[in-house]
Amino acid sequence: MKHFNFKEIAKSPRIDMLKDALFAKMPEIEADRAILLTESYKSTENLPVIERRAKAFSHILNNIPITIRDNELIVGSATKAPRGCQTFPEFSYKWLEDEFETVATRSADPFYISDETKAKLKEVYAYWGGKTTSDLATSFMSKETLTAMEHNIFTPGNYFYNGVGHVTVNYGEILESGLKGIADKAKAELARCSFEDEDYITKSSFLNAVIESIDAAVNYSKRYSALAKEMALKESDPTRKSELMKISEVCSTALENGAKSFYEACQAFWFVQMLLQTESSGHSISPGRFDQYMYPYFKADLDKGVITLESAQELIDCIWVKLNDLNKVRDAASAEGFAGYSLFQNLIAGGQTSEGLDATNELSFMTIYATMHVALPQPSFSVRIWNGTPHSFMIAAAKLTRMGLGLPAFYNDEVIIPALVSRGLSLEDARDYNIIGCVEPQKSGKTDGWHDAAFFNMCRIIELVFNNGMDKGELVGIRTGELPELDTFEKFFDAYKKQMEYQIKLLVNADNAIDVAHAKRCPLPFLSSMIEDCIGRGKSVQEGGAIYNFTGPQGFGIANMADAMYAVKKLVYDEKRFTLCQFKEAMENNFGFGALNDSDAQAVTTAIVKHLYSSGVELTEKQIADVYMRAKSEKFDDRYKELYEAIEALPKYGNDIEEIDLLAREVAYTYTKPLEKHKNPRGGMYQAGLYPVSANVPLGAQTGATPDGRLAFTPVADGVSPCAGRDVNGPTASCNSVAKLDHFIASNGTLFNMKFHPTALKGQSGLESFAALVRGYFDQKGSHMQFNVVSRDTLIDAQKHPENYKSLVVRVAGYSALFTTLSKSLQDDIIRRTEQGGF
Amino acid sequence: MDIYNVRGRIFDIQKFSVHDGPGIRTIVFLKGCALRCKWCCNPESQSAEIQTMNTPQGTKTIGRDVSVGEIIEDILKDMPYFRRSGGGITLSGGETLLQPEFAKALFMAAKENGITTAIESTGFAKYETIEKLLPYIDVYLMDIKHMNSQKHKLFTSQSNELILENAKKIAKNANRLIIRVPVIPTFNDTVSEITDIARFTKELGTVDELHLLPYHRLGEDKYTYLGRCYELKDLTTPSDEKMNDLKSAVESCGLKCQIGG
Repeated sequence: MKHFNFKEIAKSPRIDMLKDALFAKMPEIEADRAILLTESYKSTENLPVIERRAKAFSHILNNIPITIRDNELIVGSATKAPRGCQTFPEFSYKWLEDEFETVATRSADPFYISDETKAKLKEVYAYWGGKTTSDLATSFMSKETLTAMEHNIFTPGNYFYNGVGHVTVNYGEILESGLKGIADKAKAELARCSFEDEDYITKSSFLNAVIESIDAAVNYSKRYSALAKEMALKESDPTRKSELMKISEVCSTALENGAKSFYEACQAFWFVQMLLQTESSGHSISPGRFDQYMYPYFKADLDKGVITLESAQELIDCIWVKLNDLNKVRDAASAEGFAGYSLFQNLIAGGQTSEGLDATNELSFMTIYATMHVALPQPSFSVRIWNGTPHSFMIAAAKLTRMGLGLPAFYNDEVIIPALVSRGLSLEDARDYNIIGCVEPQKSGKTDGWHDAAFFNMCRIIELVFNNGMDKGELVGIRTGELPELDTFEKFFDAYKKQMEYQIKLLVNADNAIDVAHAKRCPLPFLSSMIEDCIGRGKSVQEGGAIYNFTGPQGFGIANMADAMYAVKKLVYDEKRFTLCQFKEAMENNFGFGALNDSDAQAVTTAIVKHLYSSGVELTEKQIADVYMRAKSEKFDDRYKELYEAIEALPKYGNDIEEIDLLAREVAYTYTKPLEKHKNPRGGMYQAGLYPVSANVPLGAQTGATPDGRLAFTPVADGVSPCAGRDVNGPTASCNSVAKLDHFIASNGTLFNMKFHPTALKGQSGLESFAALVRGYFDQKGSHMQFNVVSRDTLIDAQKHPENYKSLVVRVAGYSALFTTLSKSLQDDIIRRTEQGGF
Repeated sequence: MDIYNVRGRIFDIQKFSVHDGPGIRTIVFLKGCALRCKWCCNPESQSAEIQTMNTPQGTKTIGRDVSVGEIIEDILKDMPYFRRSGGGITLSGGETLLQPEFAKALFMAAKENGITTAIESTGFAKYETIEKLLPYIDVYLMDIKHMNSQKHKLFTSQSNELILENAKKIAKNANRLIIRVPVIPTFNDTVSEITDIARFTKELGTVDELHLLPYHRLGEDKYTYLGRCYELKDLTTPSDEKMNDLKSAVESCGLKCQIGG
């Protein structure tokens, strides 16, 4: 095992200045990209779509305003204002037009938008009617699928309305050969093509689009070089003047020709990272193994004495700040689901090399220090742990955990590598995995993983079982029998499986429709130039150009369903104390707790309406009134008290009780196993994830009471974690329960949230115990773990006095966010999660 | 007799305990104690009988009779954490030494399963009883509360001669002995009282570590639930400054000292 004696490196004063400037104002929506995109599209209507995309990208990059902010060493901003965002009408736009008046004041992720911007965007939007990926996807979906989506069984809203993102490109290759090297590859491939080839038309068109996109990106970097020089000439402060001259020099060559120094590597990395997010609105564009591909440049410069540890750290810290400069506006319902302005740019340190040796190096530590220095939600910082991970690295990561940012997330190589191999990756590629977005593993530069493909609410399935496929008076599922027919637990469980399999087919229909729509309307030439084997195959990532193709929709609600199945099994079938019909009636009446007060009923109604709207469903006035009346009308009564108390008294998932934990494993299989039988249009397979992002709260608000005693409209359990407050036997019991799930089959990632009181990590012994807890969970083949280390009192105080806690970062789901930017209900959910370790 | 069938009386099992011996440990609390320390934070541990406690959540039965086999099965669930942290099982109480057959069987079973062992004990028993357990105990955490026997008796109901005699013998024969001192205001929280204990510890010859456990009143409510009166109502937790002073006093006797277990 390697030994590191690596002390923390001090933070440069520049970093706090950059941070302060970043957060000086509310994030703002800017119109430039949408205007330039539309101008270009109007003039290219007769061209193949891939060339239209390249020309639009080029028009944007040649004309979009550029800016170098005060004190920056790493430059390149997508917007004039810090933390601003551009918009992407080619994917969808109607929601933003409808939310113009509310986007600045909504509870989750508000954005300022000026009247001028509104007017400009309105003009642009006139062009896009019927032309978006979203429009096309809808037209591809079957009627049954649209019905299931209206009823919130699942929501593929993410890619339905936005770019896909969720990718890591081959940064190493770009740093080595520059974009010029990639363009040369495309040119060479083009030279090998001949007019009469069967795929000449599409291939040559694609390769030309790649070359044009690369030219645009290189030109963009040169615009920065020129701007820096111009600013240097005007600059009176000699220090800043020389910094600007250096920026100009670095920008003039790094992206085009590859990096000759660590500084150039940092700058080239950043241009690629931000330009990918200008080409498409997809989030979770993840830097991946930064400590690996940057290392050769770091080491060479350090050995030559060109950089010191301090100057290298400053550059890394600058990148960390820049990762928070990018932003994205989502529709109100999605903003609740992805709350916290998060772009999920996952960056991971440590782990193994593709040869299976330990990969930890000095930069692995410096990425930890950067996260400590910058203390912001981006990057979504992760660490890879395996049996050979140095203890010193584990402890450094634990020290970061102790800061309470919810970072890093810990990933287990011993599970993820074999899981990826089982999905067809070579062993070398699997060992070189990184994490995308929240928790999704892939091999960089070779994969289109379509992770995060939909939210699938496993609790809605049990409602379909209780109602023989009906939901709100409509047949949404299939007929699995009236309740008296389900006279054994096996039959009941089988009905759940059948409803599940049917909904999974509809989910696949929805995702495949969206997938094809992206290929037809928004192929991405710039991204595709950096993913193997698009150039060789002559087609974009969206058309199946990548080596590895997956679709990964995520299920959530396992803990509720495990507890629910256990309650039904015990109380109905084993002990025969209650009937299924009694359960059904109690659930319909919210166990007697029905009466929502006026404002809660309104909030619930709003959440439901907004969410349906985001899935493309508009409710009539009457339907809205019905939802509201239903939420409000139910009266409290104690007819269901006996059943409710009997459920409450049962043991629950999360307490290391074999019988329930194994039931949880079976419940998870009802989702993970049928899914992997399906294929996507890019020639890849489906693979399940078990994580919720933060959708367990808004989607819980659309779910009736469940047999585990979960009340109607309250949050569903997050990820594979036990239900909030139900794991009462301490952290090891909680871990042991979760570890009993099959994490290998959920190869799109599982998410296990734990909350610790700060005292639990106090002192060296606290760190050691924490590290041993993670190791012990991983030894039992858990896949992922993340932590909130902040006291309940602090969170409650932050709710009351948000002005004092502007920088309080918490772990939400597969990412961290500023606590005060989250909606009240999500804040409440985080406060409710069981706090471990009051010793 | 099969050690796994030996039965004993416990009142709680606590997982992920990180302050009672090395690493992550599971503590088994045995019921029954010979001392009646006024500050005891587990008053329900003292009587050897099964009792009921009237808590706000309803009546709770305190104490259950279990076999070594049942306990070991539960303990083994946390084996991955023991392995990674060097942790294991800790027997606490009450006083383990009042159920020596049960304790011995439990320790032997733990060893058979590769689990490290520790004991938290007053040391108040015949030495012959202790001696039989020592080969199976990796870490002996022994309380020494006061060097003055009268004061000891006033606050714990027993004098300290037997305890101090045993400490000397345990020090000679145990695999590892650590001395622990609950720091109780009005009882032993002066520098001179703590220094006396530290000197005694140093003179034991084989002990290099002493832990100071600051008084807390987390057990106060349980006295009410048991229908008993909590005598130390006016005490407050010693300040960090005070604890640090006492720590320095211990260190100046040539011992390693930590605050908290």
